[in-house]
Amino acid sequence: MSGHHPTYEPKTGFERWLDLRLPIVRLAYETAVAFPTPKNLNYWWTFGAILATMLLVQLATGIVLAMHYVPHVDHAFGSVERIMRDVNYGWLIRYMHANGASMFFIAVYIHIFRNLYYGSYKAPREILWIIGCLIYLAMMATAFMGYVLPWGQMSFHGAVVITNLLGALPVVGEAITTWLWGGFAVDNPTLNRFFSLHYLLPFVIAGLVALHIWALHVPGNNNPTGVNVKSAEDTVPFHPYYTVKDGFAIVLFFIMFGTFVFYGPNLLGHPDNYIPANPLVTPAHIVPEWYFLPFYAILRAVPDKLGGVLLMFGAIGVLFVLPWLDTSKVRSMRYRPTARWYFLIFVLACFVLGWCGAKLPDDPVIPGLTTFILGDSDLNSYVWLSRIATAYYFAYFLIVLPVLGLTETPSPVPESISDPVLSHPAAAPAGAAAAPELRG
Amino acid sequence: MLRKVIALAALGLAISAGPALAAGGAEAPKHVEFSFEGPFGQFDQAQLQRGYKVYREVCAACHGMNLVSFRNLGQKHGPFYDPKYPNPNDNPYVRAIAAEYQINDIDSETGDVIQRAASSADRFPDPYPNEPAARAGNGGALPPDLSVIIKARHHGPQYVYSILTGYENPPAGLNVTPGQYYNPYMLGDLTAFWTGDHHSVPVGGFIAMPPPLQPDGVTFDDGTRATVEQQAKDVVAFLAWASEPKMIERKQFGLAAMIYLVLLAGLVYASYRRIWRNVAH
Repeated sequence: MSGHHPTYEPKTGFERWLDLRLPIVRLAYETAVAFPTPKNLNYWWTFGAILATMLLVQLATGIVLAMHYVPHVDHAFGSVERIMRDVNYGWLIRYMHANGASMFFIAVYIHIFRNLYYGSYKAPREILWIIGCLIYLAMMATAFMGYVLPWGQMSFHGAVVITNLLGALPVVGEAITTWLWGGFAVDNPTLNRFFSLHYLLPFVIAGLVALHIWALHVPGNNNPTGVNVKSAEDTVPFHPYYTVKDGFAIVLFFIMFGTFVFYGPNLLGHPDNYIPANPLVTPAHIVPEWYFLPFYAILRAVPDKLGGVLLMFGAIGVLFVLPWLDTSKVRSMRYRPTARWYFLIFVLACFVLGWCGAKLPDDPVIPGLTTFILGDSDLNSYVWLSRIATAYYFAYFLIVLPVLGLTETPSPVPESISDPVLSHPAAAPAGAAAAPELRG
Repeated sequence: MLRKVIALAALGLAISAGPALAAGGAEAPKHVEFSFEGPFGQFDQAQLQRGYKVYREVCAACHGMNLVSFRNLGQKHGPFYDPKYPNPNDNPYVRAIAAEYQINDIDSETGDVIQRAASSADRFPDPYPNEPAARAGNGGALPPDLSVIIKARHHGPQYVYSILTGYENPPAGLNVTPGQYYNPYMLGDLTAFWTGDHHSVPVGGFIAMPPPLQPDGVTFDDGTRATVEQQAKDVVAFLAWASEPKMIERKQFGLAAMIYLVLLAGLVYASYRRIWRNVAH
């Protein structure tokens, strides 16, 4: 990017010697110290650093857990409880890991929504965005397999439901499912390979994160105005300005994380997972972890199994082509007053989908109210609410963003980053995310 | 701000998964408070001892606790912890409790199956040799292991308390299957057993366990009156401890960690303000 002036000067003889052979210190310096960063990043931009920290937390706790965990159907449940009871600080390590997964997803969802709002996926950051989508996919696979490992009732029956989805694929479905299971049902071979992959994938994620950061450092950070960096005046070095700001956000995030770990370690889990897996007893209602609920709702919104599976994967797939769906020349929705409303409804639709995913499809949304049967269900049911929200989810990407970019009239965009910064706050338009108290 | 909103929403989603489960029809658990709840909650050791006695004399006839060892009883915050014996294996109370049990073992000289007195290292023995035996002794029903029962139910302490104290005479018009008992707090669907109006099917379900607690069914050594409610409350406290024996350690550690994090947040924020003081942003 413009204004990238590396200032690394090897000071000692050894550093000069190393710098000519493997300039690793130079790389670290340019990446984490000198990297010019827009000076107007708000707290929504701290979630990248929070996510990196959470990845390290999950890796560190996970490696220790793997030292004590036994991936066998007869011992997995007991070994997890043994970690909680007999391993030194095992309760802390295990609860950090289990809740850490939820925290990871809270952070990644905020990170993604921030991206959508400020148009960070647009040129020249398409590859950066796509790598991010791959990280999100790998996270979902990792989290799903991790949830299976304690081998409780939800672990087992969740694994059965999700792996069976692949059976809906025509022709190859059954073969793929059998191959995935390592047999003809979810059993010990399944648990073993899930453990193996659960250990492998985080390192794949770490590799993708390295690419993600690389791809970030070529064009540099987007910023709340969406305007490109024009001069050195627009930026500050990453260290100490953003190390301290990200550091503050990380500590705040850890306070929330700690609240769950120490005072409600099982709030985000499901009690049925403390019942050892029993293939012969199916839980009354199989519910995935909260971070999958929106996709679960999309899956169940479609009466046809294959259709549901395709739509569910489509909900993630559509993200990959998003940079080419959004036709607006303006990056930040700060200057797109109409788009802002559609975005807000989109966030709401995601929450509604999550809520629907936790409910029984045929239960009424408003208790006691019977309207009329539409298709297969009463209109006042979660399945219809999921359908409405699903329709909006896809319409946002496939209709709203392509059309709105061509039809809307954006508000005036500032000349440079320093422009609205220097006349702040009068020139900064009032938007939910642009509220002054949230800006650094 | 939104972070909090999202956290709360996530929490809300997690909790709202609960009502979905209760949709089959069961009375909401009774409101009952326990000393171990809340961020500063503590186990009441006398209550844990009474609860152990209820488990030992009533529940253990049918329910095992195969994740709990006798030594756990003498661990810090456990029912028989004694600061004189930091190693619970030295605790004479724990050793005496273990020695009351005979467990199967193999004679290392002859290889014969023998019975020996349990030691503090042994786990609570199961009341039945295997699952078919347990089912045969209980009309086909399997008494669940109680090691983590409190964590394995929504509103665990309140739920178990409600089941234990919630037995009622079945409403007229409900055909109770022989060997089953009506309990409004049990999740179930009684439509098939109800002869009355279809819109007023009673909530609750059938449970194969007969009402286990009787007034003065156990005699508490500390003179506490053994009402059904008292026994239920005490045994729930004991089961909560067994489900989460490190709960107090967790909350104490948590307090220190939170104080540290809040102070650190203040320091880092002050650094942040200082570093950014000359940058318009």
